[in-house]
Amino acid sequence: MSFLDGVLLVMRKDLAMELRAKEIFTTTAMFSLLVVVIFNFAFDMTGIDVKAVAAGVLWVAFIFSGAVAMNRGFMREQEEGCLSALLLAPIDRSAIYFGKMLSGLLVMLATMALVTPIFMVLYNVNVMEHYLWQTLTFFLGAVGFMAVGTLISAMSVNLRAREMMGPLLLLPVVAPVIIAAVKMSGGLVRGEDLASLMVWIKILASFDVIYLVVAWLVFEHIVEE
Amino acid sequence: MKFLRDNAQTLLLLACVGGAALAPLGAWMAFVYAPEEAVMGAPQRIFYFHVPVATFCYVGFFITFAGSIGYLWTKDMAWDRWAVAGAEVGVMLASLMMLTGMLWARPIWGAWWTWDPRLTTSLVLWLIFVGYLILRSQVDDETTRAKFAAVMGIVGYADVPLVHYSVKLWSRGIHPPKPELHPDMKTALLFGFAAVACMFAVTLILRVRLGFAAAALARLKGAGRH
Repeated sequence: MSFLDGVLLVMRKDLAMELRAKEIFTTTAMFSLLVVVIFNFAFDMTGIDVKAVAAGVLWVAFIFSGAVAMNRGFMREQEEGCLSALLLAPIDRSAIYFGKMLSGLLVMLATMALVTPIFMVLYNVNVMEHYLWQTLTFFLGAVGFMAVGTLISAMSVNLRAREMMGPLLLLPVVAPVIIAAVKMSGGLVRGEDLASLMVWIKILASFDVIYLVVAWLVFEHIVEE
Repeated sequence: MKFLRDNAQTLLLLACVGGAALAPLGAWMAFVYAPEEAVMGAPQRIFYFHVPVATFCYVGFFITFAGSIGYLWTKDMAWDRWAVAGAEVGVMLASLMMLTGMLWARPIWGAWWTWDPRLTTSLVLWLIFVGYLILRSQVDDETTRAKFAAVMGIVGYADVPLVHYSVKLWSRGIHPPKPELHPDMKTALLFGFAAVACMFAVTLILRVRLGFAAAALARLKGAGRH
């Protein structure tokens, strides 16, 4: 079985479970929606230019919901002792990482696809004017988040305070993703010059590449017995 | 590694003696010997401590990075002891860097804190490496702890250039760049570096030894139980 087959199998397994239980997607979607609503209470939006804060609210919603859900993928494996079985499979260890990362990524992208239009209606602002660039920003941001998040959750499910430790370790590391994604999305909403925004896309892409490579190199050390 | 193991006692003694001599000398240089800075006045004198501390906190984090790679490569626990020592000393120095920076910033900038790129970068790195230390405290098994910590050490250190670069573009800096120094100021800074280097070496070596001693104690306790 080739490396890619292994990756796709792990991803399909996770997605099949997710499609039946819809456990992660419902919680992330509800959680992002709550963040969007709470932001409206926390800041009086009537006096604020919504375009100035729209990208920030949206990304906080994405990132907090992702942080809440990040551990579920590996916890499910642990509860039934499935991880041992997964490790026995005749596939490369890092294929497990990439499969898990892809399934998590698809759930995060689905959450984004659901929450963004609701946000646009509730806040009466169009964030998808440059929809191609905005979609690319969402995608690259989600990849960076999941690249580190999958790696960290593989460790944090083994810790005593496992629900807390994942976000605690993840959020400082993804600070560059948060900064670049908010700047890029915000710039697109406000209609800033595209050429001057490209540097944020470059930061997002470099972050993704660096951490996918790092994770590929170190993942087997986390799961080895 | 072998050189360090065989000569740890000598190095520690040298650093202790050096530190005992250089710390008061460095303080005297910073407070008395160095001329008063024309614009900032007395608060500028914290510079002779702040800059060396800032430099060595990055040395500490680099030792964590190197120790983490070394551990994953060799699975030798000695690397892990260096990694945790680097992180603990690094976090201590990073805290000192931010505290001394705040003491300076309040009279000069009129605020304890600004989201200047350098300040923000320091804070994010501090958060990452405090997370690294909390992660260690959450794992009981020595081998698992070393493995997880090594992964986190690499993940955290790989973030340094990314955080630095993104934060630099994100906000316009007001932190002073490398200044032009009076020769006496240069001498004072040099002594500051030497004193902090000794302090760094003493705390680092003691922490590494503590790691070995704790492991030896755990082994003895385990042996006594059977």
